[in-house]
Amino acid sequence: MTRLVLILLCALALLPPRAPAQEAVARFGGGATGMLMRSTTDISIIRPVIERFSALNPDLAITYEQWGSNALFEQSRVDCRGNGLPADAILSSAVQQMVWLVNAACAQPYQSDATQTLAPTRQWRNELWGVTTEPAVIAYNRRLLSADQVPRSRFELLDALRERPETFRRRIATYDIAESGLGFLFAYSDSLEATTFGALLEGFARVEAVATCCSAEIIAGVAEGRYLIAYNVLGSYVLNAKQADVGLVLPDDYTLVLSRGFMIPRQARQAGAAARLLDFLLTAEAQFLLTQAGLATEMDASETGLAVSARRNIPLSPALLVARDPNRRDLLLRFWSDTFRQAEIP
Amino acid sequence: MTERIVMRSLLSRVLGTVLLILLLGGVLVAGSTWWNGQQAARQAYDRILVGAARDIAESIRIQDGAPLVDLPVSAFQLLAQAPDDRLYYAVLDAQGGLVTGVDPDLRIRPPDSGNGPVRFFDDALNGEPARFVLVTRRFVEREFSGPVDVVVGQTLRARKAMTRDLVLDALLPLAAAGLVLMLISFLVIRSALRPLGALVDDLAGRDPYDLTPMPTARLPSELQVMLGAMNRFMQRLDGQVEAMRNLISDTAHQLRTPVAAIRVHTETAMTEADAAARARALDRLLQRSRSLGTLLDQLLSRALVIHRTDSAPRTPIDLREIALEIMERDDRAVLMPEAELRLEIGDDPVMVRADAFSLNEAAHNLLGNALRHGQPPVSIGVQRRGGEAVLWVQDSGPGPQDSVIDRLGDRFNRNAGTREQSTGIGLSIVTAVATAFGGRIEMSRQAGGFRAALILPVGEGVE
Repeated sequence: MTRLVLILLCALALLPPRAPAQEAVARFGGGATGMLMRSTTDISIIRPVIERFSALNPDLAITYEQWGSNALFEQSRVDCRGNGLPADAILSSAVQQMVWLVNAACAQPYQSDATQTLAPTRQWRNELWGVTTEPAVIAYNRRLLSADQVPRSRFELLDALRERPETFRRRIATYDIAESGLGFLFAYSDSLEATTFGALLEGFARVEAVATCCSAEIIAGVAEGRYLIAYNVLGSYVLNAKQADVGLVLPDDYTLVLSRGFMIPRQARQAGAAARLLDFLLTAEAQFLLTQAGLATEMDASETGLAVSARRNIPLSPALLVARDPNRRDLLLRFWSDTFRQAEIP
Repeated sequence: MTERIVMRSLLSRVLGTVLLILLLGGVLVAGSTWWNGQQAARQAYDRILVGAARDIAESIRIQDGAPLVDLPVSAFQLLAQAPDDRLYYAVLDAQGGLVTGVDPDLRIRPPDSGNGPVRFFDDALNGEPARFVLVTRRFVEREFSGPVDVVVGQTLRARKAMTRDLVLDALLPLAAAGLVLMLISFLVIRSALRPLGALVDDLAGRDPYDLTPMPTARLPSELQVMLGAMNRFMQRLDGQVEAMRNLISDTAHQLRTPVAAIRVHTETAMTEADAAARARALDRLLQRSRSLGTLLDQLLSRALVIHRTDSAPRTPIDLREIALEIMERDDRAVLMPEAELRLEIGDDPVMVRADAFSLNEAAHNLLGNALRHGQPPVSIGVQRRGGEAVLWVQDSGPGPQDSVIDRLGDRFNRNAGTREQSTGIGLSIVTAVATAFGGRIEMSRQAGGFRAALILPVGEGVE
């Protein structure tokens, strides 16, 4: 008997420690059916939406886990091989990882009237759907930058950096693309979009821009006045920070628009509940709640002053696999660090 | 009702056959379009695969002695021509080590066969069937020398969709055409069978004694053949019925007088006290009985002739043989034992198409009439006159009165004026035979006497 207990203890010790990779967990509803949702979206931001869904579906007990995008991706890969506890629904801003998962047959298809109405750039294979509308913006400090000093496009930003380098020295912030999946995705999209990307990187390097990891830190910095301008910040985070001092510009040369990817893993045990959640997220009511939460931005030209032609949706398509290619990633990272290093030498 | 069923089954049988042919053709065409569509889709998407693989191969450069891939987005935009297909790519160095790839844990191994610069192969990609291409680029650089393989693959969804679209595009018009064909054949068959229906209705509604021919106008030729045969059959039936009716009424008519006479003679013989008168009455009775026998013979012979002319097959006959046979029959001896009989025939056969028995009867009756009513000597002759064959009997008397000649051959020409033994039946037999074989009777006064002739058309094709 003791031996058996010992063996069991040894076996338990040998199991990999289930270190909770998620950053936070929230539970909604108390129904009989348990549903596990994993997301990169802050609970505090998306809470009203999930609460409403829970109220509409009292039979569900929703466990909402908030993850870092890379950890979520790794966990989903493990789940996909059948080695983990799979989620029933995944919502991630790192859409290149979601595309990879779909390409690796880790998702299951679903079709409904709601998914049919989605634009082709916002769905792939009926296995991945873009449910939010979030522009990448230039955030600035309203106190320290007067309205006419705020760059409205990347060209104006470049000119500002060139003309007044001292003003901006160490006061430009952007994502560290090595650290932030989202930052990498934006940088990658920029590199595809225009030649301004190289010039912008050089400009950043010259004024010793700060590359940091997290949206919250960047926005807080802008609010405090440590940074004058933050480049390529997700608009939803700026809106949610509710900082009166932080202004927001949709660059009018082009504005990247991200749609968070929703996926139902192949191993999902409550695929039906996940499909219900998807259909709910696409309803007008949920979209309104998402807008309130800052996760869906009205992109109408009348509202934002942004021409339709300047809107660049990051399409959910296999082309995003390039963003995850190791060689390509190395090249972009090397280009990034090279540019910054060169700038430091003189 | 049964006719209706037959008609419907004809319609359904023809329609069924048409449907079967269309279905078979449809299956064949569907198979071939499917195959063609598959080939077309395979070619189209194979080109895209090769294009993407070449794109990737072009983007390989050697850096620090190792291949490095600056993965081109264009390759993936090319692959996105199949927007819903999962894809695979891997770049492998000469040792088979992964330079870069979509998933380091997933290795698709190309088959060993073949060694060309571009090789296609089929394999499964994450459990879904997929098509792959392997493109090899050879480097000869100072730092790196050797082949680098690019493998690009894609699942088959777009190919299947394209095949399906091609097949549907080809088959839908065909299916529509098939339906139209069915409809047309249905209408055509129905309209073709409609005269048959009308025919059936006509026959069904017909009085059983109505043997008049059916109208054949506006009928298809196949039906006209059938209806013609039927009409001929009805005509013959009509003739037979008519002949039978005639025979019965003739017989009754002809027998009434002799039977009455016999009764009278018998009564006389029974009531006569005088022996000589009784003997006379008995003698008359005997004569009447004989004459009645002859009459019956003639009636039977006429019925037989009329029957045979309708039913017996026509055979080639030499009229001279008929004449000879008549000469040799000995019953004339009973009528006119002392009469002199002559035969006038040529060397050449005089052929007709007819029934020998009927001709014999006709000739026999002609001769009988001449012997009975004419004056000896009597001669029988056969001759050919152009397209006509003539069998005649001539006696040396003046012949009957013109008024009698005009009525000769009628069925009932016995009247009070004629002699007891005279019957019109003999000549009516001749008339019937003449009519049956397309000929006629000719009465004429010749230099040597009165001649009655049976004239028939010469039998064609017989010599």
